[in-house]
Amino acid sequence: MTEEIIISGFGGQGVLSMGKILAYAGIMEGKQVSWMPAYGPEQRGGTANVTVIISDDVVSSPIVSQYDTAIVLNQPSLEKFEPCIKPGGVIIYDGHSIIQPPKRDDIAAYRIDAMEEAARTGNSKVFNMLVLGGYLKVCPVASVEDVVRGLHKALPERHHKLIPMNEEAIRRGMEIIKKMN
Amino acid sequence: MMDNNQQNDYKLLKGNEVIALAAIRYGYDGFFGYPITPQSEVLETLAVEKPWETTGMVVLQAESEVASINMLYGAGCTGKLVFTSSSSPGIALMQEGISYMCGNELPGVIVSVGRGGPGLGTIQPGQADYNQAVYGGGNGDYNCIVLAPNSVQEMADCMGKAAQLTFKWRTPVIILSDGVIGQMMEKVILPPFTPRRTDAEIAAQCPWATNGIGLKSRHYNALSTLEFDPQVMEDRNRAMAEKYKRIQAEEADYELYRVDDDTDYLIVAYGISSRVSMKAVDILRENGIKVGMLRPKTLWPFPSKAISKLSEKIKSILCVEQSEGQMIHDVRLATEGQATVYHTGRSGGMISSPVDVVDAFKSMARETITKNWPKGYWIK
Repeated sequence: MTEEIIISGFGGQGVLSMGKILAYAGIMEGKQVSWMPAYGPEQRGGTANVTVIISDDVVSSPIVSQYDTAIVLNQPSLEKFEPCIKPGGVIIYDGHSIIQPPKRDDIAAYRIDAMEEAARTGNSKVFNMLVLGGYLKVCPVASVEDVVRGLHKALPERHHKLIPMNEEAIRRGMEIIKKMN
Repeated sequence: MMDNNQQNDYKLLKGNEVIALAAIRYGYDGFFGYPITPQSEVLETLAVEKPWETTGMVVLQAESEVASINMLYGAGCTGKLVFTSSSSPGIALMQEGISYMCGNELPGVIVSVGRGGPGLGTIQPGQADYNQAVYGGGNGDYNCIVLAPNSVQEMADCMGKAAQLTFKWRTPVIILSDGVIGQMMEKVILPPFTPRRTDAEIAAQCPWATNGIGLKSRHYNALSTLEFDPQVMEDRNRAMAEKYKRIQAEEADYELYRVDDDTDYLIVAYGISSRVSMKAVDILRENGIKVGMLRPKTLWPFPSKAISKLSEKIKSILCVEQSEGQMIHDVRLATEGQATVYHTGRSGGMISSPVDVVDAFKSMARETITKNWPKGYWIK
């Protein structure tokens, strides 16, 4: 099993940390992982993306041009990465951030209204964890338990009290994701 | 699935972070550096770790790269294990100091995390500093040992290897990495803590050091690159050349990937290009093409003998590097004319994808296919 994922959106949406938590969860599953950010003059409101690879085997190239799954959290990301998904792959998008939904019919499209859900619960910070939950429902590369163990490793101890809230968001994300085609 | 203990040993870290953490654990005495993308996390991580409170390692942000390398030079004179890190334009500023350190045969580790050039270039990853590291921009007959890690784990390992080689051979060691290996996160196991050497241990290991240790019982040590008598200077150069020959005989290191007796084609690549090429080799092998990869783990000394031996039986070589072609010259020399060498790669901050390498490989192979090859050898 090798899963090549691109997560892309605005800076500040938690794109990079979502990728990191996913990679940590992969480690907890005993898998090989790589996490490669688009680095540079990224800033809040700018664009941010990260390529995460989770594999049973050694990860060869951390740089790929085609992905199994694209998680797109704004319109420019959808336009940039929809053409780069392998046939039979998956696209996951946030319903609020995407005006023009994906058009390809050879990939599975999933919509998650994570922004709306985050606003409804009054906690915008768990937005990325809602999306991560949705992704794990579609592509169960790691269990929620492994993600939680990953969070314990990824977060400094002073933030551990926030883990139950994040776990709840992941589970909620699994419930609200919808298949669109 | 591995057992829990093993998983807990793994950390998910950036290559740059690992450089800093490994230095503390390998007992480095000091770091002098100036921040520059894409390696600023080295200094940042050291600032977070505060090793001066634990191992006593000195961490100093210098006013420039010129200052950093001269601090490294000074600390190297005292037999301390010290390192600096920078990226392409910063390493360019250090060339004078590197030449002086080589002239005085001093230890020191220089981490170079390459980006696109020339000039200020871009902050995106690049491998256009092969010539800078291997052939140097300083004056005189000198060489530095150049290590080329291709994973986050190797970034850690190279800090240990560099510490050992720089004292063994009394010459600076450059760890030539790139923006991808520096910025990406992978699983890594950090080395166990080794205590920093004591003054007595340094005195025993570096009897030449100008540190004043044991001065009452010996003549003073002096270190200078200046020599007015050309005969003395030539003798010194020849002694250094002898040392460089021994390094070439003993330290050249490389790794083979999917190379066997039937291999028709060879890819030669280091650093990030070797990771991209691994995937390209896998894709080509799935299509029945007999291709393998040789990855130099040391760029100086270059694994010329291994390439020469392989070129006896292969049809052609593709040199993959993210530059307009620098290592290709060493690959060509190594083949001694026995195989044709082609180059592919991108530059200025762009990185080849595995598909790019596969495409370049196919056009190379089309050119080198002889009449003996069966029709339809190419599937696509």
